[in-house]
Amino acid sequence: MSAELLNVQIDGTWYQFPKGTRVIEACAQAGKFVPRYCYHPKLSSPGNCRMCLIEMGLPKMGPNRKPELGPDGKPVISWIPRPQISCAQDVAEGMGIKTDSPMTQECRKGVMEFLLINHPLDCPICDQAGECELQEFSVEYGNAGSRFLEEKVKKPKRIELGPRVTLDDERCILCSRCIRFMKEIAQDDVLGFVSRGSHTYLTAYPGRLLDSNYSLNTVDICPVGALTSTDFRFKMRVWFLKETKSICTSCATGCNTIIGSRQDIVYRQTPRENDEVNSCWMCDAGRLNFHYLNAENRLRTPQARQSTGLADTSWPDALARAGESLKAFKGEEIAVIASARMTNEELWMAKRLIDALGTSEFDVVPRTGEADKLLVSADRNPNTHGAQLIGVTGSTPGARLSEIAEKIRSGAVKAVITFGEDLSRAGLSPSDISKLSALIAVDILPNETTQHATVVLPGSGFAEKRGSMVNGKGRLQRLNRAIRPPGQARDDWEIIRDLIQAIGSESNGVYLIEDVFKQIAQAVPDMNGLSLSKIGDQGVSLVAKEAQTA
Amino acid sequence: MEIPAELEAKIDEAITHYPVFKRSATLPLLHLFQEHFGFITDEAIDWIAKKLELAPINVLELVTFYPMFRREPAGKHHIRVCRTLSCAMAGGYELLDTFCKHAKIDRSHNGHGHILKSEDGKYSIEFVECLASCGFGPVCMINDDFYEAVAQNEVPELLKKYQ
Amino acid sequence: MASPVRSPHPRENRIVFKNIDGPGWTNDIDCYLRDGGYEELKKALGMKPETIVNEVKVSGLRGRGGAGFPCGVKWGFIRPGGPKPVYLICNADESEPGTFKDRYIIHQDPHQMIEGMVISCFAVNARLAYIYIRGEFPEGAKILERALAEAREHGFLGKNILGSGFDCEIYVHRGAGAYICGEETGLIESLEGKRAYPRIKPPYFPAALGLYMCPTVVNNVETLCNVKHIVRMGGAEYAKIGRPNNTGTRLLCVSGDVQKPGYFELEVGAVTMGELIYDICGGMKPGRKLKAVIPGGSSAKVLRAGDTYKMKVKQPDGSMADGEVKLEDIPLDFDSLAAAGSMAGSGGVIVMDDSRDMVWALNNINEFYAHESCGQCTPCREGSLWMKKITDRMLKGAGVHQDTDTLKGVADNIAGRTICAFGEACAWPTQSFVLKFRDEFLATARNGSQASPQEKNGGSQ
Repeated sequence: MSAELLNVQIDGTWYQFPKGTRVIEACAQAGKFVPRYCYHPKLSSPGNCRMCLIEMGLPKMGPNRKPELGPDGKPVISWIPRPQISCAQDVAEGMGIKTDSPMTQECRKGVMEFLLINHPLDCPICDQAGECELQEFSVEYGNAGSRFLEEKVKKPKRIELGPRVTLDDERCILCSRCIRFMKEIAQDDVLGFVSRGSHTYLTAYPGRLLDSNYSLNTVDICPVGALTSTDFRFKMRVWFLKETKSICTSCATGCNTIIGSRQDIVYRQTPRENDEVNSCWMCDAGRLNFHYLNAENRLRTPQARQSTGLADTSWPDALARAGESLKAFKGEEIAVIASARMTNEELWMAKRLIDALGTSEFDVVPRTGEADKLLVSADRNPNTHGAQLIGVTGSTPGARLSEIAEKIRSGAVKAVITFGEDLSRAGLSPSDISKLSALIAVDILPNETTQHATVVLPGSGFAEKRGSMVNGKGRLQRLNRAIRPPGQARDDWEIIRDLIQAIGSESNGVYLIEDVFKQIAQAVPDMNGLSLSKIGDQGVSLVAKEAQTA
Repeated sequence: MEIPAELEAKIDEAITHYPVFKRSATLPLLHLFQEHFGFITDEAIDWIAKKLELAPINVLELVTFYPMFRREPAGKHHIRVCRTLSCAMAGGYELLDTFCKHAKIDRSHNGHGHILKSEDGKYSIEFVECLASCGFGPVCMINDDFYEAVAQNEVPELLKKYQ
Repeated sequence: MASPVRSPHPRENRIVFKNIDGPGWTNDIDCYLRDGGYEELKKALGMKPETIVNEVKVSGLRGRGGAGFPCGVKWGFIRPGGPKPVYLICNADESEPGTFKDRYIIHQDPHQMIEGMVISCFAVNARLAYIYIRGEFPEGAKILERALAEAREHGFLGKNILGSGFDCEIYVHRGAGAYICGEETGLIESLEGKRAYPRIKPPYFPAALGLYMCPTVVNNVETLCNVKHIVRMGGAEYAKIGRPNNTGTRLLCVSGDVQKPGYFELEVGAVTMGELIYDICGGMKPGRKLKAVIPGGSSAKVLRAGDTYKMKVKQPDGSMADGEVKLEDIPLDFDSLAAAGSMAGSGGVIVMDDSRDMVWALNNINEFYAHESCGQCTPCREGSLWMKKITDRMLKGAGVHQDTDTLKGVADNIAGRTICAFGEACAWPTQSFVLKFRDEFLATARNGSQASPQEKNGGSQ
């Protein structure tokens, strides 16, 4: 049942909007952007910035309390002499809006002038430059010059508001988005305004910090450079950043993200709006979990064990060594420790390898933590569902690990292939690991396992690959490649394909990742008919599809 | 924080005046604390926040918004002189000067805030906004006592009442 | 401290202020009862609430706090029988510069106010009411607490008032020094225990979403007192006092450069500006001429002596026709002062003579508004302090030619663009002073202030 449609005139043209549409959203839908600072669609509307002032009119009422109709059959509009804000009112039948009248333009110039008179001239050193709404609206709607000749109000600067957020009170335009976010979404009422009038400034209570796991969302929604990410401070100008749409891989929620990178270094991640997953937010832990991609000790070269220890070698050589060592064993003597952090495409290739090896000793390594009430899932692996759908793990991920570990200790399993997991997480000690005759590790950073490996194959991090994952709610989402892997590291799915070839099996003519996905889509009923591009930027719910086919 | 039983009783009574929403009792509690202790301390803010089940920032927001609340002690006797138009026309600025002279309050450098104190701590003075007796200016308050039409030469005698 | 003579002026019509400064009058309930107090409450409790609301509508009573909004209409917005409780708040936050009337009611005749409140609560079915009294009236708060206790003791307040079945409780709530708490939604926010940030309207009209998001009526002290008298004499009788659409009496407070400043209860529209200044207040000081008048509290636009105003004037035959009226001849009622480009506001009349520097006066007012701005919305927060800084600089002798136009431009960008009427309140003084005394502003910008503010007002003692 759809909502009642109301007739609204915007800049002379009549439109229809469902009842309950906010005026400012109606204007946006009509293609008229109304500038705003304090309004945010996910938060309450205080109406304090006054930037969204527009001219509003209501139907002229006739003597019979019904709207007078004009020659076009639509209500005659009686324009309200005072400008109205558009962010806190819903459309009404017969309402008229002027988004760009002379009065509206004067209002915007006035507000811009007021916002700038006490604003510090920090643009050259402010991180917000390039994505600052004060800058943008000033150019679009402001006056070129200023009449202000007085001394600006001084407020605290460079405040460590929390471990990850830096506050500059002089830049703050007191829109209160951050306060409302912390109170309404993050449920941690820690920020507030103190003092009064023009001397009002933002603060956390002395002794308390803005240390919520969602603190960096305030930086996203801050329209100016008052709240900035301490991690990103002074690192890179935003106009240099390449923006790649992807998803976070730190837990099963799969918050949609934008990876900001330049020349193969990731500088920041920001949330991307997806109302089915994460709204406009992401947690700080996931957001900042990318620095390891640029770690000094990233694995860059394939290595093979010589008598003297691990030595760099070429890809063909390393793959040949791996293949040789695996061919020496029977299927039941080989175990595959995969990861629920692998993409669907990598998991698919891993399953093909498992089948080619003929082993039944395989599983993924579980990761759990405490879920919070907002976005963080208890499952800290991003693709458990993918692993289950593709058959690399069962209904309880990791259930087979203790048995596999026992077999390694007893010597029944003599060869292990790991994909991005450290065997110590499966409960094995270094001495257990040393028992293995062959240990092939595909990973991105060195660990206990890679140090004991017989062959080390450097793979790609999450920002370095294209692929798909299924989140905890059954949503199939896509990662895109933002940067190239360092050195000679390669895409994991291609490594696995080459391993399959190295043990003498065919890889079914898979040349592109799209081919891999096609195979998955054919084999997994829930993904029938999909392709990597069809997933789109917002992903596709497999649960819904299930409901449809059921 | 040590709250004498008598004060706690007043606090509990005050809270009963706001049966719908405890947060409304923040201002009355702040008044009670300031009347008793002379100013609002950090502990007071924490105590009130806990009592009313608020975040401490919610109490701090009020303390800094309403100028009557002090974060540091005033003098033993606190003087408020009105500065707004009618009193200014009647000599409010001069009255402030005269008070400062006789109460020995040095206005040249007197620390932060809008409250100026005498060295011996006996008096403090504040230049406040309209006290609502404009026809009989200049007006002032000393502690809770209100004085109208204060002539400049009456100041020393007035101060003598507050020792 | 010399106490000025305060016996009523013969032209006054003391209804609300009947007992103020009365010889032998004390503020306890026994004195009030001896004078026939609480009889109107008894009468009201025997009426239907809708009847009382109607009487107030018929009386034409307009709010006495400053906005002049018809009280009966305001009460009419409260839908009877709604699911949410109704609250009534007495706005005793008298802080408008130039206004000093509620102080006397609170300190000397609190029971009149309480009686008016209980009657009003009964009319709008409010079971819980608050008196929001400014923090700087500590004695007044104590007096009110005592008076409320007396009223409770006598059964005029509390459960089942005088056996009527109507419960009503009133509490005193003290403010703490913020003028913006006089704004009705700012008051409501303050009462809820938050910073006094006025609410946006729509949607937060107090009649629908007021205190605790329930229907709320906020009325000034004087307005509530008038309710008692309307119940006493009936709405139609009350409407006979004053002028059509400007009924009743109102308390005018005169301060500034007159011989006899003070408070006066006058029939609305029965006295002109000139009669007030010259006849009632004794005129200018020796050797001085009238220069400017702010007729309704510092938020009202200033009127310049010598100016004439176009408005409807009563003709000898009783009809109204267009005319031009001198400042001295403006009748002191809501509509006439509005027609003159100002407002009756809170009734605080500030008179300035030709010894006053208008830039200095505006600067004093600007500083008030810069202090009192709550800081919530952009134009007022930034603009109020900006205007103060400009006039500060002009007075220090560092003015520049464009300051005069900048002042006007800033004020124009505030008025009409803000969340609450404080925007108009801080913009109107600047707009009107600059408009009416433009030459003085230009001269000050050019030459700096000729004399220091202290020297300017030294002659008032």
